[in-house]
Amino acid sequence: MRTYHQLTDPDRSGLADQIGAQRKRVAERLAGVRRIVAVMSGKGGVGKSYVTANVARALARARKPVGVLDADLNGPTIPGLLGVNHSPLPAPGDAIEPAMSAEGVKCISMALLLDDGAPLAFKGPSAESFVWRGAMEASALREFLGDIAWGDLDTLLLDLPPGMQRYIELCDILGNPPPVLTVTIPTPESRDAVRRAMRAAVDRGSELLGIVENMVGGELRGSAGDDLAHEFGVAVLARIPWHPTADIWSTLGTRL
Amino acid sequence: MKFLCVECDQQMAFGERQLPGDGTLAATFKCPKCGRVVALLTNPMETQLVSSLGVVIGGKTVPAQPLETVRTMVATGRDDAFEDTARRPDGPTAASWSSEAQERLSRVPNFVRGMVKKIYADYARERGIAEITPAIMDTARAELGLEGM
Repeated sequence: MRTYHQLTDPDRSGLADQIGAQRKRVAERLAGVRRIVAVMSGKGGVGKSYVTANVARALARARKPVGVLDADLNGPTIPGLLGVNHSPLPAPGDAIEPAMSAEGVKCISMALLLDDGAPLAFKGPSAESFVWRGAMEASALREFLGDIAWGDLDTLLLDLPPGMQRYIELCDILGNPPPVLTVTIPTPESRDAVRRAMRAAVDRGSELLGIVENMVGGELRGSAGDDLAHEFGVAVLARIPWHPTADIWSTLGTRL
Repeated sequence: MKFLCVECDQQMAFGERQLPGDGTLAATFKCPKCGRVVALLTNPMETQLVSSLGVVIGGKTVPAQPLETVRTMVATGRDDAFEDTARRPDGPTAASWSSEAQERLSRVPNFVRGMVKKIYADYARERGIAEITPAIMDTARAELGLEGM
């Protein structure tokens, strides 16, 4: 019996071609983006979104075109941090226009698309939804990259959720592992979790841009920033106190 | 995915795709030599898994719209997330749906119903059609090449 490749007529579904078209669409849409930076941490609650939003605002104040893709599909917070309120997103053609903050930061987030207070829920068979939910979220991430009219940007910041799954999906969608900005808090628990994420990023081939140590100077004790910087040979780009000044974000923006 | 008629050693040709409305998908293939027809029947889980990849068995018949997965598969999305779906006071009035058309739409699998509804709604709006009926749906299907919708 002949095999798939021995049958010469085209595959009507062309699933590989459809996937290829998706990748091409992402590449074309991001052609005007000078650099993509993934803001990540292996630990939740360290302030990734807070850091992302404030770096974006600092870059915008420095007149650098910047966008933020809120890749935390289940816990989106970027619009709130950027001061972006919901209004219907223009859909003029083959792309959706991103929302824009008052300071000029472009952004897309599931928070702009969901009913107020509603969790992200997909249509489909509810039984054993774990089988397909991850693929659905990866598709949503791909569409945020490929179907938003990002235009010409100096930097597109990707605010990743805790853990590594979204980062891995991102690498697969982009085809190249993006540079990574790592956020930690000072505690040894954070250090250990972030270390795993940084190792995974290195294993994937991402450039480590540096570390931001957040929530410094309060009750949280430890030296996670310095420990990780020493271990991975990167710089601590900023230490963010509980009540930072705008200068800190501007400095971080220039060091990024 | 290809189908081989083992007896004739011939690749079978794609026939048609149907969405019966219960979350399953049916696609038929016919041997060009002996005429034998087989049907590929996917269960709801398989159908959903393929849909979640943003691809279509049998190939896409209409170009992908931006954020297609998000717009059609998110169950908790807001109605006014996008300008083209939000009600605009100065824009064309959205067509109403006859009860027969609503009943027919209800038989479309829920995970693609939003997309199908939007296609018909856009079709009606662009042509100034006030009410979507089964006849309008048939016309739209024929004009837009929407198999099984």
